[in-house]
Amino acid sequence: MNTTFKSRDDRGFRIGTGAIAALVLLVVLGIGFELTRQSLLSIAKFGFGFWKGTTWDPVSGEFGALPFIWGTLYSALLALLLSTPIAIGIAVFISELSPRALRQPLTYLTELLAAIPSIVYGLWGVFVLVPAVRKLELMTPESWKKIPLFKGPPLGVGMLAAALILAVMVIPLTSSVAREVLKNVPSTQREAAYALGATRWEAIRIALGFGRTGIIGAIMLGFGRALGETMAVTMVIGNNPQLSASLFAPQYTMAAVIANEFSEAADELYLHALIEIGLLLFIITIIVNLISRVMVRSRRTA
Amino acid sequence: MTSTSLRRRLVSRAAEAFCAVSVVIALLPLALILFYVVKEGIGALNADFFTKMPKPVGEAGGGMANAIAGTLILIAIAAGFAVPAGVICGIHLSEYPKSAFSTIVRFAADVLNGVPSIVVGIFVYGILVLPVKRFSALSGGVALGILMLPIVIRTTEELLRLVPAGLREGALALGATRSRAIFTVILPAALPGILTGILVALARVAGETAPLLFTAFNNRYWSTSLTQPIASLTVQVFTYAISPYEDWHRQAWAGAFLLVMMILVLSIAARLAVRRLERMNRP
Amino acid sequence: MNEPKIHVKDFDFFYGASKVLHGISMDIPDRQVTALIGPSGCGKSTFVRSINRMNDIIPDARGTGTILIDGKNVYGRDTDVVALRRRVGMVFQKSNPFPKSIFENVAYGLRINGGGSKREMAEIVERSLRRAALWEEVKDRLHSSAFALSGGQQQRLCIARALAVDPEILLMDEPASALDPIATTKIEELIYELKSNYTIVIVTHNMQQAARVSDKTAFFMMGRLVELGDTKTMFMTPKEKMTEDYVTGRFG
Repeated sequence: MNTTFKSRDDRGFRIGTGAIAALVLLVVLGIGFELTRQSLLSIAKFGFGFWKGTTWDPVSGEFGALPFIWGTLYSALLALLLSTPIAIGIAVFISELSPRALRQPLTYLTELLAAIPSIVYGLWGVFVLVPAVRKLELMTPESWKKIPLFKGPPLGVGMLAAALILAVMVIPLTSSVAREVLKNVPSTQREAAYALGATRWEAIRIALGFGRTGIIGAIMLGFGRALGETMAVTMVIGNNPQLSASLFAPQYTMAAVIANEFSEAADELYLHALIEIGLLLFIITIIVNLISRVMVRSRRTA
Repeated sequence: MTSTSLRRRLVSRAAEAFCAVSVVIALLPLALILFYVVKEGIGALNADFFTKMPKPVGEAGGGMANAIAGTLILIAIAAGFAVPAGVICGIHLSEYPKSAFSTIVRFAADVLNGVPSIVVGIFVYGILVLPVKRFSALSGGVALGILMLPIVIRTTEELLRLVPAGLREGALALGATRSRAIFTVILPAALPGILTGILVALARVAGETAPLLFTAFNNRYWSTSLTQPIASLTVQVFTYAISPYEDWHRQAWAGAFLLVMMILVLSIAARLAVRRLERMNRP
Repeated sequence: MNEPKIHVKDFDFFYGASKVLHGISMDIPDRQVTALIGPSGCGKSTFVRSINRMNDIIPDARGTGTILIDGKNVYGRDTDVVALRRRVGMVFQKSNPFPKSIFENVAYGLRINGGGSKREMAEIVERSLRRAALWEEVKDRLHSSAFALSGGQQQRLCIARALAVDPEILLMDEPASALDPIATTKIEELIYELKSNYTIVIVTHNMQQAARVSDKTAFFMMGRLVELGDTKTMFMTPKEKMTEDYVTGRFG
């Protein structure tokens, strides 16, 4: 007699719960399928030209998505540049430097920053941040204005306002993941550094180096979040599809154009063009998220 | 003491100071946002705001009664399907953690977690709005539910794994079937924590705007119908914020204040649930 | 002597590729206490968990051979595992009360088996708690959390919980190893009380305990059954050198 252990009740249970779990799979596949299906007109008409085209003119039926891709990548990269040092600074402070009593409250406060809805950031952006940015732009010396980075009239709305608000929004995500990574660095690493006569910061750098892959993953997670952020960005970026390097220029992102024009898209080709932008956004964020997750996890097991 | 060591100590001090300053830099916008939301919002918050309907374009007064009701309805629809589905999915993942199917599902949940909410909006538009050519509360609720799913799944799975194996053995040894053991002993043991996850998920979707723009859309009138467009706090705040009217701006701040309060309450409730769980698990 | 309650013949057990039990054959008599002793890792726990197929929940675990309870094969193709576990109660090393009230803990087995009227339920809960010698201590707080009990009380609650479904066999996997001496004494007295009604198999690494509570003792070593006999004989005049070395404390 040889019995492999499988209970009978188990089968029904496994299949029943599995059927519900398959729903998640179905949703993800469904998103990919639906987005492709609903953008076929645009894919057929423009092909790869869609991604290279710089004209977005719904009236004449000409759709090129490059300005939105540019705006999305530019704003997300700027946000990353601003948020990364601060997010890592916070992670280091909370996990390595802060007095024990402060740890919980600080963690809670940074998490609160993540809980505030995008629309509230947007509202604040429109009425508080944008006027402040405009003042900053007005103070910019004329000689700087010749540099492409600062070209354009002082509108307040534009790339700088968008990047600032995005930076604030991704800080909590990046810093909380980075904190987790630091927590998982064995304390023997720091002890070894101290034993060799390292200063506190030098020991922290050893810890950061040990968790390097995970930290980069945390930064990429923030990048993924910034790419898909919609409401706050559309309210402060100026919504003008143009390829500009200027921080002061109003620009446009992929998510923002979908949010603004979707319910107004009168003809099918227009709608399909918007959904094709959504499809690309979907693909990019999947790739970015997956890479970052792999990186964050790889160190956890190390 | 050599001078190098002095330099190294200064560098260390400077870096430590930078980290402390980072915290301040990050908390500054938090303080500013909360300050403005309270300052601008609390003044505009009155009885009319909760009980009256929006006034016609440009007219002062009126409130957001329909949007408040709409947000509650949308959240209820979302929770109605995402909570049971997410919990059952989480149970499956924790019971069969290593199967190929579970690996794929977990991966899908991870992917879903990173998908921008506006993309989920397009998906739901395609399957629920386009076929019937009408925006609806139902489609908005489904969009929010899809966004809740990965959070509910993740928390359920993680918390079920924390339940001591002894409880499962105890139930099985008494002749419970696997499903019986899960639903009568293991799930109840993890429930306070799972509840926390659900509250966090609710707080997240209550503040979502983008996926509602072309699913639930908006409605200037009172509506509780699932098949009609419905107003929500977030979309209403958006509409008012980008309008040119002073009075609407005031109402937008009031709406934002209400949203922030809702989220604060949900997250405090979540904290309390966690505390209860910790007490329960200390034998 | 009567028919044995449990009859084991050539039973092997594997975790994946590694064999942890080697051809165990033994008879366990009805309404007596059989103690399984041996150094840790000797397979005594695995063996006791094979009797009610608790090892089923471990992936890649596999048993071959025969275990008969009242002549019926525990590892038969048509064995209903759930029904089997109702007949064979188990108490674990670490007490594992459910996060429910004292009453609901004891009533759990009844509820999952269809329950009964409120009165019946209350009667069975009281009877089980009395048998587990816990009634007097908890009768005024039946509806407070089981976690409020002391370690020893929790373990007796787990015994009451097992008794409530009216099993014929009670398996105990080091039931007192996490308890203080006073609580241990209580559990041992309880075992003595219970053996007139139940067939008890107890795993213990405490040899004094085996000597105190059991009628028969089985000595396990590296996955094999070395010797089985009356407890007195096993401790006074064991046949095997290995057993003698172990019971006199020369190793283990």
